[in-house]
Amino acid sequence: MQLQTQTRPNVISVTVLEDRIDAATAIQFKEKMRDATKDGPQRVVLDLARVQFLDSSGLGAIVAVKKLLGPDRSLELCGLTPTVEKVFRLTRMDKIFTIHPSLDAAVAHAASA
Amino acid sequence: MQPAPDEVSRHLLSLEFQACPAAVRDALRRMLLRPPLSTLSDEGRGTAELVLAEVLNNVAEHAYPDRPGPVTVTLRQVPHGVSCLIVDQGAAMPGGKLPAGRLPDTPGLALDELPEGGFGWHLIRSLTLDLHYARAGGCNQLRFVLPDAG
Repeated sequence: MQLQTQTRPNVISVTVLEDRIDAATAIQFKEKMRDATKDGPQRVVLDLARVQFLDSSGLGAIVAVKKLLGPDRSLELCGLTPTVEKVFRLTRMDKIFTIHPSLDAAVAHAASA
Repeated sequence: MQPAPDEVSRHLLSLEFQACPAAVRDALRRMLLRPPLSTLSDEGRGTAELVLAEVLNNVAEHAYPDRPGPVTVTLRQVPHGVSCLIVDQGAAMPGGKLPAGRLPDTPGLALDELPEGGFGWHLIRSLTLDLHYARAGGCNQLRFVLPDAG
């Protein structure tokens, strides 16, 4: 599970460099995200543009990361591919997360807030 | 025995493997590359991968909680979709029936109350038709149809 992290003044972005977050990798994803976001800005943007497949285990891991960040930090999402977007919509988790169309849009949003 | 002529023209794929997350991932990749799943639209293939991943990972996690066991997947092209039969020899469904798959009422939940699981059966029920479960001869048999969205 490869993640690429970029820290800006007000936002840290984490790009998932894998094409899937599934039952075989969900625990690893959660642990790597915990390490990648241990310190840093209050806003965390998770870039899923390369992720073609997310199952319920992967979704559960993303929710777990949001909970790990706690109430004082936020986890926002961007770059949802069609199948990934469908998983968020069908489980109504699209109501729980702020979802941006792209990383650029997410960073701009974070900068203006 | 020779298959009937109409069976020859219809796409049929059957495979057996040991149910564990890594083997499920490998089996999904092989299934998606071959008919009948390869004949679906992009959206239909995405849905098929999601549903089969949920079903097969449930088998790995709940039917065989201690060690991997065999699961057989049979996919058959039907009008407007793919009919699926998943058979394993593991533990029966609790109560002999499928979980309801009701989503928790998330809006209004506090952060630490958000669910990290329980999405799988909701996804399966949302994305399939004619979902049936039977326990027979020490096997779980799950049947459903994946409609082709395209």
